[in-house]
Amino acid sequence: MKIGAPVSSPLLALIGIAMMVLGYLFYSKFLVKHIFKLDSSIPTPAHTRKDGIDYVPTNMYVLWGHHFTSVAGAAPIVGPAVAVIWGWLPAFLWVTLGTVFFAGMHDMGALWASVRNKGHSIGTLSGRYIGNRGRNLFLVVIFLLLLMVNAAFAVVISKLLVGTPTAVIPTWGAILVALVVGQAIYRWKLPLVWVSIIGVVALYALIILGDQFPVVLPETVMGLSAASFWVLVLFVYAGVASVLPVWMLLQPRDYINGLQLFVGLGILYISVLIASPTIVAPAINTAVPDGTPSMLPLLFVTIACGAISGFHGVVASGTSAKQLNKESDARFVGYFGAVGEGLLALGAIIAATAGFKTLADWENVYSAFNQGGVGAFVEGGGAILNAGLGLPVSLSATILATMAVLFAATTMDTGIRLQRFVVQEAAEIMGIKVGKFVATIVVLIVGMGLAFGAGADGSGGMVIWPLFGTTNQLLAGLTLAIIAVILLQKRRNVVPVLIPLVFVLLMSVYAAVVQLGAFYATQNWLLLALDIIILIAALWVIVESVIAMNKARTAPPTSDEDDRVTELEDEPAAR
Amino acid sequence: MTERPGTAWARFSAGLREFYAAPYRRAFARAQRDEDDLFMMIVLAESLGVPNPVSYYTVELLPVMYDRFHDWHTRMGMEHSPLDYLSCC
Repeated sequence: MKIGAPVSSPLLALIGIAMMVLGYLFYSKFLVKHIFKLDSSIPTPAHTRKDGIDYVPTNMYVLWGHHFTSVAGAAPIVGPAVAVIWGWLPAFLWVTLGTVFFAGMHDMGALWASVRNKGHSIGTLSGRYIGNRGRNLFLVVIFLLLLMVNAAFAVVISKLLVGTPTAVIPTWGAILVALVVGQAIYRWKLPLVWVSIIGVVALYALIILGDQFPVVLPETVMGLSAASFWVLVLFVYAGVASVLPVWMLLQPRDYINGLQLFVGLGILYISVLIASPTIVAPAINTAVPDGTPSMLPLLFVTIACGAISGFHGVVASGTSAKQLNKESDARFVGYFGAVGEGLLALGAIIAATAGFKTLADWENVYSAFNQGGVGAFVEGGGAILNAGLGLPVSLSATILATMAVLFAATTMDTGIRLQRFVVQEAAEIMGIKVGKFVATIVVLIVGMGLAFGAGADGSGGMVIWPLFGTTNQLLAGLTLAIIAVILLQKRRNVVPVLIPLVFVLLMSVYAAVVQLGAFYATQNWLLLALDIIILIAALWVIVESVIAMNKARTAPPTSDEDDRVTELEDEPAAR
Repeated sequence: MTERPGTAWARFSAGLREFYAAPYRRAFARAQRDEDDLFMMIVLAESLGVPNPVSYYTVELLPVMYDRFHDWHTRMGMEHSPLDYLSCC
């Protein structure tokens, strides 16, 4: 295949799927047998610490469903859709090889590490394996990540609402659907299956309605640009949502979105197979628009979720590990969970490169580094849905835009809720008692400040996105360092972890340095300061990892039998 | 619709419920604990020096409160019961 020759998208989809499936069949098996040595005879925390709340042995497929829907959201759509500006091939290779050799191993490894440590989270594990400083470091990184996730996603959503005004009604109507679903389940006690079906149907009815009645804001609303106005509304909404009781809104919203993820992924791939569009974008874009940063290292932080993402480790160790029925399930839940997200990222790559008629059309959309992105996913994916399923172009675009908005918005309201806890905890350490409303307001002000500083008014586009990816990779690096320390203590082969570890940390530092120059040049002092903090955190992760690994190499070896002993000590009877 | 246990439909339905409930179980447990704590405070109001108009009724609940009270004072960082007459441990 000549580079630049047109490629059919089903072929690319099949090659990508085949790579990930082969990775699951062979590489994950190798990791299970020779690296992690999963041992189902060691009881998991779900059994030894069973409490009916956090620790509940859960069916492997159901747990995979949670894990996958918790980790996959807007990020694996936005990242690849931005990164195809360098051509489809680099993004494709990073997503597929990243999923197989980085993300799958990282997610399964985080699950394994946590399961062997009473289901404790990565934060606690960084305290245990890296030291007290490691724990503080984790808190710093997670704080930065939460901070940026809210700002980045607010920008993504406001861009979508301005770019696809037909998505406005379903976006806000979905909140109503979620509120009714919550009432139906907890107040009226209706069966979940029917509520789910009605909820999804209602959501799609809203999409059709929204498609008929686009809501276009005037250029300025209350003295703000349309994009700024949406950001403001979004933060107010997310603030309100985050303080409501979770059963009312957040829980049914997460659930409906989870179902929507499967529906959306299904229709996207079916359309690609039926429509068989040709990829018009170049394999490697030799004519990137002016101002596009160099692919190395930016590609590797622009696509974080979908190739490797530290956030997965938080989910794996925070909830999934406490519910793992037996250790061997970690392969399906962790590794295949990453494959699920890889498929979403691959779908985004195809939508953003094959959904255009000619190369000129594509270049028009990707006219600058901050252009294209999720808008291209909606436009291109819409065209593919139109060709594949025969849905009208505008309705198809509305479906995809709503899907992306809902993913991002759910992450945002949960993000604000989590950050409120962080603020309250931090205030408590300083000896101040902060109520939930004050803490939420603090979070909203900081988030909005960053969102506007990052160009939420439409001026700067998505400048914050690579910074968000860098922090996400940093967290992945920290998790990989913990896995490496455990493996070194057990005197196992550490190369499959070490190579990704070195790679993501190098790329994170490199990207942070490159962005320093960019922020300085554009005189964006807020993001420059944030970048400096991230760079310091990155160097700190490297230093701590090296110290911890060196210590683990020389410490007396531990065996799997030690893990068994710690588990038994923790029998509930002893409490 | 009635579900016969063991059928594929029942398993699917149970899986779906788990998919709905599990991610928020901890938040619910925490909210319930807060409410329980408040309830316990009402029952024990008198011994804490707060006049309780319904102590005639709530005194009956004291034995039920023993276990919860024990959990509460250990959670609050007190190794032994702070109330002389309520010596749960």
